[in-house]
Amino acid sequence: MTAAAIQALSVAGVSHAYGTRKALDDVSLTVGQGRFAALLGLNGAGKTTLLSLITRLFDTKSGSIAVLGHRIDRAPGQALRQLGVVFQARTLDLDLSVRDNLLFHAALHGIAGRAARDRTAAVLAGVDLADRARDKARNLSGGQMRRVEIARALLHQPRLLVLDEPTVGLDVASKLAIVAQVRTLVRDLGVAVLWTTHLLDEIEPSDDVAILHRGRLMAAGLVSDVVARTGTASLGSAFAALTGGARDVAA
Amino acid sequence: MTGPARAEPPAGFTLAQYLICLRGITWREALRFVHQRERFVSALVRPLVWLFIFAAGFRQILGVSIIPPYETYVLYEVYVTPGLIAMIQLFNGMQSSLSMVYDREMGNMRMLLVSPFPRWFLLVAKLLASTAVSILQVAAFLVVAVLWGVELPPWAFVTVLPALILCGLMLGSLGMLLSSMIKQLENFAGVMNFVIFPMFFASSALYPLWLVQQSSPVVYFICRLNPFTYGIELIRFSLYGRFDPLALAVVVAATAVFMTGAIVAYDPARGLLVRRGGGPG
Repeated sequence: MTAAAIQALSVAGVSHAYGTRKALDDVSLTVGQGRFAALLGLNGAGKTTLLSLITRLFDTKSGSIAVLGHRIDRAPGQALRQLGVVFQARTLDLDLSVRDNLLFHAALHGIAGRAARDRTAAVLAGVDLADRARDKARNLSGGQMRRVEIARALLHQPRLLVLDEPTVGLDVASKLAIVAQVRTLVRDLGVAVLWTTHLLDEIEPSDDVAILHRGRLMAAGLVSDVVARTGTASLGSAFAALTGGARDVAA
Repeated sequence: MTGPARAEPPAGFTLAQYLICLRGITWREALRFVHQRERFVSALVRPLVWLFIFAAGFRQILGVSIIPPYETYVLYEVYVTPGLIAMIQLFNGMQSSLSMVYDREMGNMRMLLVSPFPRWFLLVAKLLASTAVSILQVAAFLVVAVLWGVELPPWAFVTVLPALILCGLMLGSLGMLLSSMIKQLENFAGVMNFVIFPMFFASSALYPLWLVQQSSPVVYFICRLNPFTYGIELIRFSLYGRFDPLALAVVVAATAVFMTGAIVAYDPARGLLVRRGGGPG
């Protein structure tokens, strides 16, 4: 793998403050190409802030962020092209059909005509929603909307997919379906994933994990390594040990 | 195999891709407008209420003398029509720009801003799209106005088009700038009270400025400072195939200032997204 030297995502020494409140304090982490990395933290840990910096909604004032080697501040166009995003808030246009939502996204990436239609059909098939293409987004269930958003994020064939707590507010069945689907998709497409969550059951031992607590990175690496390093038996107890007994993550 | 074999796409976009993006943004804006039926109806009813009722009452009270671009005495309905066209554009510009920052639309704005196209281009495309929608509204209004008996030159629909584009861009970029600057304007009622009504009434929309000057030099002065006045005059003159250089200059300059301000405000380093930042996580 010659491309392995370039990280899909590289975050180096990033800090961010809202006024005087420090949301991120010197955070560094990497996601290798084709890897599934979980960003684990409680509410308020700084996960969404980090994602806002990665997606260039806010400017990175200290530290640097690069997607596939493209600095988000210096070459935002190239970095954003390689990036697919699923925000925590719903971002489908409810008045438009599923298909029109995806075609709009294609246009935002300069893709039109046959290429746009073909890719739309392909990504919808990838999330098993090909038959809902003409339905209004409003008529989908929460889980289906999320799957459309995932399909949309993959439409321009990015090599890094970031998802901000994509399973929040979904029932157990939809949640499991989405986790499994994203894992299959990224394995088949070779896309790297940064998946923020506070739910331990979405993380597998072979994933990478970065644990964020009150804006600071407490640990990062292969899940099994992080568990071994803390001398604990499971990721749950490792998380508790690292965050000083914050046990309200769902085991 | 997991290794992605795709080649890196070339940096930048072709002109054709820019046009695809612009078309996509315009198409979505138009679809949204059509789907939100109540918005379409209210956009049409609002100026028609003024035309049918207000103008009918006012024509007896207010005599409009012969002032350029008019060459004869005109009915009040005729005088007020350019002002109502501009009002349509004012409402539309505020609505579409400010709706971006309401929670309902915030997600869509986020999706727009993570597009790899340059941000200035995305914002300008958004403005062009909302201007195109406002021109559709104006066209619908003009058809009804002509049927109602407002007399316009037959080519007015064509000659007014450049003025509508400019005026739409000016008001849309003002809305976009406001959306980034003023936190208090969280709902549309606030915008109505503090932006739309003052701009509309302190302008040449409802009465010629020489009438205003006779009754209050101060209000006259305010009207002269209001860029909306010049948008109206640009539209008024171009309806008759005439050209008002001062109005054009002011509208172009105001558009440039508002648009630059909006682009700066939406720069990730500054502006509303940072100040609105926060939220959980």
